Amino acid sequence: MSSFRSLAWSSVGKKVITGLTGFMLIGFVMVHLLGNLTLFIPDGGHGFNEYGHFLEHAIHGWLIYAFEVGLITIFIFHILAAVTVAWTDKRKARPKGYAMVRNAGGKSRKGLPSTSMIVTGITLFVFVVLHVKMFKFADHPAVTYDGTTMKNLYAVVVEAFKQPLITGLYVTVMVMLGFHLRHGFWSAFQSLGLNSDRYMSTLQVLARVFAVLFAAGFVALPLFLYFFADAPVPGGH
Amino acid sequence: MSQSMTINLKIWRQASGAADGGFVAYTVENVLPEMSFLEMLDLLNEQLALKGEAAVEFDSDCREGICGTCGLVIKGTAHGPHAATTTCEVRMRHFHDGETITVEPFRAKPFPILKDLVVDRTAFDRIQQKGGFITANVGSAPDGNAVPIPKTDADKAMDAASCIGCGACVAACPNASASLFVSAKISQLSYLPQGQVERGRRALAMVTQMDAEEFGDCSNHGECEAVCPKEVSIENIARMRREFIKGAFGK
Ligand code: FES
Repeated sequence: MSSFRSLAWSSVGKKVITGLTGFMLIGFVMVHLLGNLTLFIPDGGHGFNEYGHFLEHAIHGWLIYAFEVGLITIFIFHILAAVTVAWTDKRKARPKGYAMVRNAGGKSRKGLPSTSMIVTGITLFVFVVLHVKMFKFADHPAVTYDGTTMKNLYAVVVEAFKQPLITGLYVTVMVMLGFHLRHGFWSAFQSLGLNSDRYMSTLQVLARVFAVLFAAGFVALPLFLYFFADAPVPGGH
Repeated sequence: MSQSMTINLKIWRQASGAADGGFVAYTVENVLPEMSFLEMLDLLNEQLALKGEAAVEFDSDCREGICGTCGLVIKGTAHGPHAATTTCEVRMRHFHDGETITVEPFRAKPFPILKDLVVDRTAFDRIQQKGGFITANVGSAPDGNAVPIPKTDADKAMDAASCIGCGACVAACPNASASLFVSAKISQLSYLPQGQVERGRRALAMVTQMDAEEFGDCSNHGECEAVCPKEVSIENIARMRREFIKGAFGK
């Protein structure tokens, strides 16, 4: 009988890993979006900065470390499993392709979202690295609220999104996130065996709703800051 | 008397598995709309025989959509452009006079080409031998309803069992995955009392063999269900994963 490790890395095991980590990443993205909604509060970034300060200091700063280690691990497994499925194994299994390929239509779920998973996925990964570099490892000016001095992350964020190029890139990548979720959301259920003909149509609707909600939320944030936020005071407080 | 048609073909020809292949163009005249696709190819082969050329090799047996022997990629779709049909059920009335039709073999590494359009699908047999059976001696046919099986389970088992093992799911899958075939075989037995004894290890054994044959992995595109001549649902693939998880964590 096969070892647990070889089962985990079998064709079905990789789907289970991709689906499970996919769910976790969806959870993370959801929390991230909800937290970022503080950017919409017209308080000059007070709420957003307090939220960032809380995250960095909760449980003496351990919360954020635990989450970061967890997230990196989840990302690695998600990417490794998915890339072997959609890239290496795929090429090995059909070394010579067809001269003509036409989508079968009908009940098929194949379309731009499903065929571009590898492209949207790799783009999102590169994006995450740059995003973290840009905001987490930036030179943050300080700001003081009621005697507590904290990082003025808001100033960094607004400064970034006042640049049309950055806002444009963010909007593009967040649309790609929508595409990734359009296939990824229902796919995660299917990959974990949590699907049957009875749930299929509901899951398809939910996948569309989730994709649109997430993309719209993350597209609205940079656009809102670009058009409506006050330009940051140079040098901060 | 129906109008006869002229059909242009671009057919993949390959002398043997080791040889290089390529497309060869043919024109077949006097094709009748009521002919099946395979009868049209028979007509082509008669013409080739008269000219002393080698016939185009392709597989078929029952020619009524029940055996799963036939299988061609016609105009970019496994079993042709119509849903729920095998290649032998495709009729020439679905094409128009003067049309050019590309005909290719099912392509996947575990389905090596033997000659022209004929591929070796014994990889499926080897997967079946790993777990697509029951070991219980069920004796002679029991009385009806002696073994109670819920109607829905019986129906689902029957739906999965309608898989004829043609391999179109592999041919149509962008990743050349055999998930639909393997999952149909696993599901079918998982619904029935006779299939319970080996249930835990069946999915593990069959999936392990599927991987050993070097089929690709599934990306949930669902092209397999759309081309399946028996419309086997991808809900079976979800069920296979459940069976696999249970097997992996079970005793
Ligand atoms: S020849 Fe039997 S199914 Fe087509």
